[in-house]
Amino acid sequence: MITFNGISKKFGKLQVLDDVHLTCQKGECIALIGPNACGKTTLIKTFLGMVLQDKGTVLYKGHDTKNQFMYRHHVGYMPQIGRYPQNMTIGQVVNMIKDIRKSSDLYDEDLMREFALSTMWNKKMGALSGGTTQKVSATLAFLFQPETLILDEPTAGLDPIAAEILKEKIMQEKKNGKLTLITSHMLSELDDLITEIVFMQDGKIAFHKPVDQIRNETGEEKISKAIAGILKKRVS
Amino acid sequence: MNRIIRFIIIDILKNRIVLAYTLILAVFSWSIFQLEDTPSKGLLSMLNITLLIVPMVSILFSTTYIYNSAEFVELLLSQPVKRQKIWTSMFAGLCSSLVLAFVIGAGIPVLIYTPAATALMMIATGCCVSAIFVALAFLSAIISRDKAKGIGMSILLWLYFALLFDGIVLFLLFQFSEYPIEKLMVFVTALSPIDLGRIMILLKLDISAMMGYTGAVFKNFFGTGWGMAISFLLLLSWIIIPYGISLHIFRKKDL
Repeated sequence: MITFNGISKKFGKLQVLDDVHLTCQKGECIALIGPNACGKTTLIKTFLGMVLQDKGTVLYKGHDTKNQFMYRHHVGYMPQIGRYPQNMTIGQVVNMIKDIRKSSDLYDEDLMREFALSTMWNKKMGALSGGTTQKVSATLAFLFQPETLILDEPTAGLDPIAAEILKEKIMQEKKNGKLTLITSHMLSELDDLITEIVFMQDGKIAFHKPVDQIRNETGEEKISKAIAGILKKRVS
Repeated sequence: MNRIIRFIIIDILKNRIVLAYTLILAVFSWSIFQLEDTPSKGLLSMLNITLLIVPMVSILFSTTYIYNSAEFVELLLSQPVKRQKIWTSMFAGLCSSLVLAFVIGAGIPVLIYTPAATALMMIATGCCVSAIFVALAFLSAIISRDKAKGIGMSILLWLYFALLFDGIVLFLLFQFSEYPIEKLMVFVTALSPIDLGRIMILLKLDISAMMGYTGAVFKNFFGTGWGMAISFLLLLSWIIIPYGISLHIFRKKDL
């Protein structure tokens, strides 16, 4: 569904993405991992059109996404640090996005209910804690039943209960055959969730393998240990 | 109406600063016309308000508003909304609310107290000046990511157009008073929207006779229909060019 074709991006002199090729298929749940500043968020943002790549094309369902915006109807995005208009309330933000997307589909309000956002409906976004802001971001990402979910560090800042709710939700959507792209540092959290692993380093994709293959190759059951094993092998 | 423009206008109204601005303009205008004995004198005082306060409020409020909307822009970018539309809607929202504030605050009393032709000229110039300084705000806000720098740049722009430019013109006039530079001065005024507006209104007031030979040259140029049309086109280009540049940068900006 998503194809990155030779994406390169420089911020000033810093090469953030260097000729990245990546293909993501429907029904996959992909973990995009790697050290800080390896270009994970930038890669996601090139797909969303928030960062414009210097070279290469990003295709969604075979169509170039450059200067397009309609494809974002099918995408739910949860940013790493959600930034919202400070003097709008949760309710106003949700209603505004609903109004702007004017999607006729039924809204998926599961997360809104489970996070009990309605009890804070009239709180201003500026007064929310980091975790609650993340809950709003997650709710908005799932609200329009998008075909593709892009989650940037979804569980960072969430309390364990909320993180569990979110994980359950991701599992459920995965069963519905949606494409999910997750970036995360917490490998242990992803164990039973993901089907593919993409490891990025210095703006390049170091490897892209199905989880089962990684498990077989390393003989480890835990993904975090398996990855650590691979990394050690690469260093030596 | 476009949904995004609607959200922006509601947001600006909730902000109340534009409402206060309307009120202050109204208080100024009404009291000026009550105090001055002739409408012409009143209009001159109004002119100074229009050409000093209106640009300042327009550029400072807009610059700050654009910086404060960074989150809003970011939120909309991940939604199915065209990039250009976000920027255009913000411009339309800011422009329309500031122009409306001027028309309600200053336009109504001017229309009541002065002859219609002069009043309409004054209102048209005021609206143009509001929009021009909103456009300049967009330019300075997009050029720098740093809020303090962007707002500083806006203040400098206002100082330049409202005060410095006149000083430079005066300096040139005195330095080259030996030479026939009247025609050149007509061209130089086009370089500042505030001066352009001032001359257009002064000529409507029929006091250009007191401005000597230069005044006559100005009257010859700006007094004609063509001169008027060209001046308004110049004012329009003062809106379109800064805004156009800012839109061009915004389309290619990484957010």
